[in-house]
Amino acid sequence: MAGHVFHPGHEALHGVTVVVTGQTGASYVGRYHEQVERGVVMHDVAVHDGGSGMSLDDWLARQHKFGIKVEHKQLIVPAAEVAGIRRFAAAPD
Amino acid sequence: MSYNPLLVAPMREEMTQMGARELTTAADVDAALGDPKGTTLVFVNSVCGCAAGNARPALSVALRHPARPDEVVTVFAGQDLDATARARQFFSDYQPSSPSIALLKDGEVVHFVHRHQIEGRSPQAVAADLTAAFDKYCGATV
Repeated sequence: MAGHVFHPGHEALHGVTVVVTGQTGASYVGRYHEQVERGVVMHDVAVHDGGSGMSLDDWLARQHKFGIKVEHKQLIVPAAEVAGIRRFAAAPD
Repeated sequence: MSYNPLLVAPMREEMTQMGARELTTAADVDAALGDPKGTTLVFVNSVCGCAAGNARPALSVALRHPARPDEVVTVFAGQDLDATARARQFFSDYQPSSPSIALLKDGEVVHFVHRHQIEGRSPQAVAADLTAAFDKYCGATV
């Protein structure tokens, strides 16, 4: 939501669950912490890299309904990998 | 990590004041959820000032709706660890997050609100989702 700072004193997305789309085709769902020179720092992250055999839309829908199946307590998505960031709540059901 | 009881006391009170029953032990949870009849809402409380700070008022608004669960109970993630772990076993198909809200009917999860469905939304918006679920699963009380 534009203009809404979820955690005052931090970036607007801090603490918000986001989908980071990667240049490699991978997608990362987790709580956004901050963006630094190295990349995007996230907490409690699940990764879709096609390995599950599930399409990205189906995988996102599953994460949305049943919650994020955490694979990494903390993950830094390298800056060169980050193609886009959007709120997970806006992802398809 | 458990938090300072003084810090979480107002968050507990906010729940009990709206009519939720606190479950602080695994035995409490078993007593409340072990006999699955009717509708029970389980609120997984959290110290997160932003997500839980919206979720608690959202539930308070939703509980003023004519249709509402038969029972409203709450466990406190990060504080009452055993109770929270036991409660989550009753909705184990759903990944743990806090705050979160589970609506059970006759022991089955019929509606679940994850943290990511609360973040950044107004209490009124979250309450509207909850009352829609209450209308669907709890029936109007007269």
